[in-house]
Amino acid sequence: MAIPLVYNVRSVRQRWTSSVVAVLGIAGTVGVFVAMLAMARGFKATLVSSGSPRNAIVRRAGADSEMVSAVSLDQLHVIEGAPGVARNGSAPLVSGEVVVIAGFNLKSTGTVANAQVRGVSGKALEIRDNVRVIQGRFFKPGLAELVVGRNAVKSYAGFDLGSTVKFGGGTWTVVGIFDAGGSAFDSEIWCDANVLSQVYKRPQNVFQSVTARLESPAGFSAFKDALTSDPRLSVQVDRETEYYEKQSRGLTTMIRVLGFLVAFVMGIGAVFGALNTMYSAVAERAREIATIRALGFGRSSLIVSFVLEALFIALLGGIVGCVAVLPMNGFTTGTMNWQTFSHVAFAFKVTPGLLGLGIGFALLMGLVGGVPPAVRAVRRPIAVALREL
Amino acid sequence: MVRVDAKANGNSLVQVRDLDKKYQRGSEEIHVLQGLNLDVGAGEFVAFMGPSGSGKTTLLNLLGGLDLPTSGSIKVAGDEITHMSANKLTAWRARHVGFIFQMYNLIPVLTAFQNVELPLLLTRLSKAERRQHVETALAVVGLSDRMKHYPRQLSGGQEQRVAIARAIVADATFLLADEPTGDLDRKSAGEIMDLLERLVHEHAKTLLMVTHDPRAAERAHVVLHLDKGVLVEGGAGGGGEA
Repeated sequence: MAIPLVYNVRSVRQRWTSSVVAVLGIAGTVGVFVAMLAMARGFKATLVSSGSPRNAIVRRAGADSEMVSAVSLDQLHVIEGAPGVARNGSAPLVSGEVVVIAGFNLKSTGTVANAQVRGVSGKALEIRDNVRVIQGRFFKPGLAELVVGRNAVKSYAGFDLGSTVKFGGGTWTVVGIFDAGGSAFDSEIWCDANVLSQVYKRPQNVFQSVTARLESPAGFSAFKDALTSDPRLSVQVDRETEYYEKQSRGLTTMIRVLGFLVAFVMGIGAVFGALNTMYSAVAERAREIATIRALGFGRSSLIVSFVLEALFIALLGGIVGCVAVLPMNGFTTGTMNWQTFSHVAFAFKVTPGLLGLGIGFALLMGLVGGVPPAVRAVRRPIAVALREL
Repeated sequence: MVRVDAKANGNSLVQVRDLDKKYQRGSEEIHVLQGLNLDVGAGEFVAFMGPSGSGKTTLLNLLGGLDLPTSGSIKVAGDEITHMSANKLTAWRARHVGFIFQMYNLIPVLTAFQNVELPLLLTRLSKAERRQHVETALAVVGLSDRMKHYPRQLSGGQEQRVAIARAIVADATFLLADEPTGDLDRKSAGEIMDLLERLVHEHAKTLLMVTHDPRAAERAHVVLHLDKGVLVEGGAGGGGEA
């Protein structure tokens, strides 16, 4: 039969100072753990949401990212004729794109950060239906005009609507601001692909990637098979969502590993805090424990009771840690995307799953910190413990 | 019927034979109890007296299954307890022994009601039945109006009465009291002894008590003296016949 839980709850309350120390230790660890994972989750979500399951991105075979890819105009025409490509009238919804990195001053620090400037075709908005112009207008093909993602406007100085910006040897006018639904495009600056190539003195008939709108997500396999089996092409084809998921992998893995590492180190400290609290609880209550055993409660009942007490403390710590980290949800920050060497703004994503993971981590710390003292509690001979003051 | 000569007729509630208990303290071996025999019949009230270190509490611990002897046997209501496994002994204690400690040993974070209810959590009684038993036990010790009080809100005498209620609530086979008045003033000690006497006489409880207090001992039917690990009959107390 179990010892009533009220015994443990009230005991925790009675020794509130040491309980609070243990609760705060666990709360801090859980807070950092969840915050790190929320950062990784947010970064990944930002990149993955950039892609659409109806879009396919075509790059040179072996190119991990657009930065190291090249697709010629001839190849672009072959792609336009591939099966499954959506059309607006007779025009295939395909965008040959050029990507360059340019340095701009950050508003926050005044230091230079890399921004990704994407040269797209005039059909880009039809291909990417998650992007919409919210101020001004889209650029006119052939003109040195920019439309800027809303996060880029917030991050970099000098990109207000109507202002002129100099980079790559050209002078550009900001004619529009777009919203890409929190995706990585929000951190980009878009312009006409041909103008961008001219300014950067790149060959006019070479793009870095081609993005194609498909008639349906199910048409991807046929589209990919057609391109990869075409002897005129040497390309790799990915669903846009998968491409961006891969792009996020490096940094999210690093953040996650770092998060687990920091949480592990902090967790050791928190476990010692829990151990200390529970060992002192056991030491202070030696005669109580002996009395309970004398009354006929078995060792297993006492072990369960003390482990539950440790878990209760850990649960409190977990809840405090999770509540403390909740306000970070949606908090926007930025980092360098190592795949593109450009700055990407993203928001922390504190999900119910992560909170659950945080609570689970807290309970694990409670378990590790609770079992040894619980075992010690029942190993002391009753007759000896009853004589303790 | 209380005997210390191993010549009882076999109907004893408690039967102890050739009980030895040795402790090792460093290189020194301490022989606490030596070849001790004891028979106690049901409904008896026995007081154990003796100087400090004579083995009184050790004997009580052995009788209560809190400790194991070096050799010898202890039978309570026909159960040989010296060879029981730890788990069986735990269950046996719950069923047969009611402990009363000098320092009361109440759980400070539980109310008087909850303290008394503890032994009943080991039974199959329903919540309502448990409540009824607890209320009855607290009524017997005269603390019906203190059920919701925590130990810190009670006097020493009241705490000991709660401890007695806890000892009797599950209708244990016998009660073991270790210096039950040792931490009380004279008046409270007298009240506790009145209560214990009442339990023996009115509720037919069997009580084995260790005490230093001659006034407490004289309430017992029989007073036994422990000296150098051996039990010696000390004659009848004032509480009844030996």
